[in-house]
Amino acid sequence: MSRRSRITVAAFLALVATGACAADPTVIERTEEIVGRSFSSATADERKTRLDQDEVQALCSMHHNQPPEAAALRILELSRSSLRYPPEGRLMGDWKEGEKLASVGTGGHIGKIQPDRPGVRRGGNCYACHVLAPKEIAAGNLGPSLAGYGKQRGTSPESVRLTYEKIFNAQAFYPCSHMPRFGSNAWLTPQEVADAVAFLLDAASPVNK
Amino acid sequence: MQPSFFDGLRPRIAAACAGALLAAVALTATGDDNHAIDEIAKYREMLKDGNPAELMEMRGEELWTTPRGPRAASLEQCDLGLGPGVLPGAYAHLPRWFEDTSKVQDAESRLVTCMTVLQGLSVEEATRNWTKPNSDIEALVTFVATKSQGAAIDAPALHPREAEFAAVGAELFFRRAGPLDFSCATCHSQDQRRIRLQDLPNFLDPKSAQSSMITWPAYRVSQSAVWTMERRLIDCIRQMRAPDADYLSDAVIALEVYLQKQAAGGVMQAPGIKR
Amino acid sequence: MGSPMKLRARADGDVVEVKILMAHVMETGQRKNPAGEPIPAHFIQTVTVTYGPRTVLSAQWGPAVSANPFLSFKFKGGEKGGTIRVNWVDNKGDTRTDATIIL
Repeated sequence: MSRRSRITVAAFLALVATGACAADPTVIERTEEIVGRSFSSATADERKTRLDQDEVQALCSMHHNQPPEAAALRILELSRSSLRYPPEGRLMGDWKEGEKLASVGTGGHIGKIQPDRPGVRRGGNCYACHVLAPKEIAAGNLGPSLAGYGKQRGTSPESVRLTYEKIFNAQAFYPCSHMPRFGSNAWLTPQEVADAVAFLLDAASPVNK
Repeated sequence: MQPSFFDGLRPRIAAACAGALLAAVALTATGDDNHAIDEIAKYREMLKDGNPAELMEMRGEELWTTPRGPRAASLEQCDLGLGPGVLPGAYAHLPRWFEDTSKVQDAESRLVTCMTVLQGLSVEEATRNWTKPNSDIEALVTFVATKSQGAAIDAPALHPREAEFAAVGAELFFRRAGPLDFSCATCHSQDQRRIRLQDLPNFLDPKSAQSSMITWPAYRVSQSAVWTMERRLIDCIRQMRAPDADYLSDAVIALEVYLQKQAAGGVMQAPGIKR
Repeated sequence: MGSPMKLRARADGDVVEVKILMAHVMETGQRKNPAGEPIPAHFIQTVTVTYGPRTVLSAQWGPAVSANPFLSFKFKGGEKGGTIRVNWVDNKGDTRTDATIIL
């Protein structure tokens, strides 16, 4: 067997093993129809912002988060073009504000069963998925540990920009990353993303202690 | 405890629970995750003898056998898929296709069918307060599920309509939407993951899917109530920042068909006991 | 009148293990409803377990006990076939008594 065909076979087996084949279009159609009638209390606006998928979401759903090359390139392109920066161009904000955001998991819950109280703070909830400051032991592990992130990467303009863009839209680097596109989805403001950058990179931040 | 995206936000936890959480925190601090998991397992073992779900089961049995509704009928002739009144193992074979309603139904929607058809209750009456502790449907589902203890989950979705629901359920599992791009797969497609300190089952792994599905419905200490599978799923959907999914809706039942299929062969231990 | 309790009593020699599961909201009085109003305290204050004429356990509880509390204890001097009676009284005067046979 040639090297090339061996790679193809391995890739095919990997696809089978992870179930990464794109879904049958008729199943997707049926799924959308069922979603359409299973949320009868949703308003038109809630349907648009909470249930309908944008192009990136639809591509990731369809490919079960393992997009083939063409889809991955399209996701990268859409995600890169959605990057925005704070008005004054300062990509590193206040680490203390970033630390607060990292622990706040409320905001955005709607419906009648258990909505958020009005005016409740919307956070980044970084600790749900990442180790950040090593002193916070109740940290999740859905994402990689980010303890000492700034110690390893420093605060050069390149490092700051890369960190900012990854938080703003992780899919500009990793198509179909599980991480929410915090900035592109306007869940966090550019200023809040900059605060999160400072929490990760600032030498004084507990992340780097 | 820190609030998280996924917290029920009801700040009441049994004293014993708080103790176990502290133990878990202390052990995690030493960096030994396995010990934390062992401690939580020990805590569950301790509570098993006194699972308050048994109170709900007693009430469910009474609701099952007592004539109620305009027709003054009990539910003893209710067909949950294995024939009228056959309870042992019935929950483990659900959801399934039912000829008489032309629907794929789970335990909850089927019980509602029985309450409306046999007892003459309205759907509103049958599902009254389904989100609150002590609802009739919660008690009945607990009773019915308990009768499947020791039975293996066997809902292979062979009927074409069941197979369609399983396929739709799989798509729903991966379907990302909303301001945080969440789908079920965000949290439930990798091994040994946690949100904060809360363990997450990986439903792509049969063993992990089994260990979760065999324990629902479950008494949730933080809620002082038994949560049914639908209640659990609708709350996950809420936490993904979606609108409330309709109770007994096809989207929820399709997800259940998929999850039961993933968990095939798991031996039922419900009602479980959880955080 | 409160909801039924789930009782189990099992003899091993002359030692009887009693397990009691009670249905009660056990409101602390410290919580608020979604409208921000305090939820009034409502909790079991006394628990009495008797074996024939003999009181084998008497407890005074406060609001720190969880909802739907579980209580397990052992006592000496019980026999198979004897009757265990459990009574609770809460702070609103509600009460419940259930009985079981020792197995």
